[in-house]
Amino acid sequence: MSDRNTLLEMRNIEKSFAGVTVLKSANFTLKKGEVHALMGGNGAGKSTLMKILTGVYTRDAGSIHIDGNPVDITSPKSARENGIAMIFQEFSLVNTLSVAQNIYLNREPRKGGLLSDSLAIEQSREILRELEVDIDPSTTVANLSVGYCQMVEIAKAISQNARILIMDEPTASLSEREAQSLFKLVHKLKRKGISVIYISHRMAEVFDLCDRVTVMRDGNITLTSACGDVSIETLVENMLGAAPASSFEWHDRGHIPTGEPTLSVRNLTIPPRLNDVSLDVYAGEIVGLAGLMGSGRTEIAEAIFGRREIDEGEISVLNQPIKSQSDALKNGVALVPEARRTLGLVLEHSLGEKLLLPNLRLVSQVGRVDDRKANSLIDKIIEQLSIKTDNRRKTARLLSGGNQQKIVLGKWLAQLPNLLILDEPTIGVDIGAKSEIVRIIRKMADQGVAVLVISSELEELLAISDRILVLHGGKIIQQLQRKEVRSEEELHHAIQGHKLNQIAS
Amino acid sequence: MLSKATSLTRSPVNLLEKARILQDYIVYVIFALVLIYFGITIGDSGFLTVTNLFNIARTTAMITVIAVAMTYVIAAGELDLSVGATAALSALTAALIMKAGYGWGFGVLGGLGAGLIVGAMNGFFVTVVRIPSFLVTLGMMQLIRGFDMRLTYTNPVSISNSTFNNLFGSGNLFGIPSLLIWSIVATLLGHFVLRYTSFGRQILATGGNRMAAEYSGIKTRRIKFYAFLMSGAAAAIAGMLYSGMMQTARFNFGEGAELMAIAAVILGGTSLFGGKATILGTFTGALMIGAINNGLIIMGLDVSDQMMVAGAIIILAVAFARKPAA
Repeated sequence: MSDRNTLLEMRNIEKSFAGVTVLKSANFTLKKGEVHALMGGNGAGKSTLMKILTGVYTRDAGSIHIDGNPVDITSPKSARENGIAMIFQEFSLVNTLSVAQNIYLNREPRKGGLLSDSLAIEQSREILRELEVDIDPSTTVANLSVGYCQMVEIAKAISQNARILIMDEPTASLSEREAQSLFKLVHKLKRKGISVIYISHRMAEVFDLCDRVTVMRDGNITLTSACGDVSIETLVENMLGAAPASSFEWHDRGHIPTGEPTLSVRNLTIPPRLNDVSLDVYAGEIVGLAGLMGSGRTEIAEAIFGRREIDEGEISVLNQPIKSQSDALKNGVALVPEARRTLGLVLEHSLGEKLLLPNLRLVSQVGRVDDRKANSLIDKIIEQLSIKTDNRRKTARLLSGGNQQKIVLGKWLAQLPNLLILDEPTIGVDIGAKSEIVRIIRKMADQGVAVLVISSELEELLAISDRILVLHGGKIIQQLQRKEVRSEEELHHAIQGHKLNQIAS
Repeated sequence: MLSKATSLTRSPVNLLEKARILQDYIVYVIFALVLIYFGITIGDSGFLTVTNLFNIARTTAMITVIAVAMTYVIAAGELDLSVGATAALSALTAALIMKAGYGWGFGVLGGLGAGLIVGAMNGFFVTVVRIPSFLVTLGMMQLIRGFDMRLTYTNPVSISNSTFNNLFGSGNLFGIPSLLIWSIVATLLGHFVLRYTSFGRQILATGGNRMAAEYSGIKTRRIKFYAFLMSGAAAAIAGMLYSGMMQTARFNFGEGAELMAIAAVILGGTSLFGGKATILGTFTGALMIGAINNGLIIMGLDVSDQMMVAGAIIILAVAFARKPAA
């Protein structure tokens, strides 16, 4: 089964959390000098498998072999000692130190017992030159773009004799040019005999860069094959499964856009992420925004909410121009951000206080909050949302992810916004709460709210949208009526940059 | 091809980089401006004489010693507000030990011990109990200052041990005022450890990006703990410098010293957000604050004006130290 070329073998790896199995006897092999793509939807088990390999989680069963010898990976440290390194996109370098100081952090070269920056710079220059990365090692990391930070990290791993690099969506936050430089570097690593596990949703990258591909679904490995031997169709099939278990059904709300659009975006350009984007959302309509990570989805949301400087173009809500966040708020734009833990919800506030925050005006008299009025409003919202809590005073942090998200939505229920923007509304939320959230969103749309949903979960977009806009490389490349999309597979193709009708024909 | 990419990403970055470099050296520019200003306005009153400049350096020695250690604490992403009260505690402890008939050696050990105990308590509450250092050391400041008052019922304790007095503050060593020697030794030692030892680098990494530091195997909590110990020890030395200079110990020594020290650190170019520090900048910052205080006194302004200026300096220093908008 294993030959001399096999560097890493993960055999029958199993893992479950609190009784829920997330990995079922997964087998994964990596050859020397191979770039191996790892694909699969959210929750397929990719990241769990990689966290086991990097020692963040410990496996319940199975074994890991390197060069044919069993190894025991119990901590990130032991993973590193075995030559396994995860390349994070950012946040793993010390911004205030130089490139060389980062590469040799905590194992600095010394001269006469003292740290020698000049020696570190010299040695870093050597490594960077070998990798053909053009960075001055004495530069402070804070001055580097994300793409270069990633390369510094790779150099750091190489300097520690890493033989297996794991890259998770490495091009997601890179410009086209930076991505090209990264690909060059990956080829270079390959020639040095270093193996790369490349997690990506981008078909083009996978086919261009990788030797083999492994697909996961529901904790199983469904396919491992040489990239030359598979088609995009096969990969997508293996990712989605024969009959995708649909947790929520789409139904045609029969919405026909009329009158003036609530939201109108014209020629929006924010280099390098957005290029000439125009879109409309009408009252009562739910529009989905589909696209890969890094395609500019979040930037659009933030621009409409007035949080981004706009290079070119216009955004208006009910014919009022949006130039700042206060314009957005004044004109009834609500944003439920992606990282709700850090942005949308003051976690230490009690549930009641939280729901109240945007509605203070409704229950205040002469600047004083009327407690009794406030409590009855809170109870009304809790009931409408079917939030499961025993006490309205409960701190929001103690609620489950699904219930937290419902609170964020609940903030806007009592005072309907004109436009509601949702960025990844159901990420990290259990199935039950998911359909609940979809129900709330539909209800708000039925009451005339224009809704823009951004999601990387195509299943979710299909369940909820009346219309889907496909974003690719910072441009809207296609507009689809939900009725026209026959399967999740079609949408998968669309976000890779293919025209839907080309596939259909 | 890569070089093209470089030039593309660098052009907007260059301005930022320039702003940062300007920020790094602003303390020296401002210091020069302060000297020039006082030189012109109160030059006739003797501001620029060698005696007065020496005087400035001597009277800022305590702030310098505290600020050097404070640089480490701030670089590690924390803050220590208890240093002023701790200085008084160490001064009183040393004075009481010597008054009880023990030699200056025991006095010094006692003073240092008191500082280390406070530092260890601060470190414990920040790194083990995980309370923000701002709150821990704010509480500790009040607690220790109260304890200082209780210790002698606010009575001063005189120090008659001439070795102690000469060593700390009053005397000369090799013809140089000992206060000056203490502040220069503290600065050079602080600079050396920060630049050339792994402890210094670990401090910067801890304050710069704690996760990255941990991932590189740095025990960031231990590093922070050591920074608080250092700060306690430096406060103790500063306290003994006050008492050696005055040949007496008082409960109110070091009042406001924490703010002066923090101002010196931030003015010097150390990042308030941690991860970036310069001891030479701190030294210059402390001298500048000393020069301003001295200049105000010569101009005939009193303590109340000094306090207002010190407060304003902190706000301005932090305003300057803020990261340039990205």
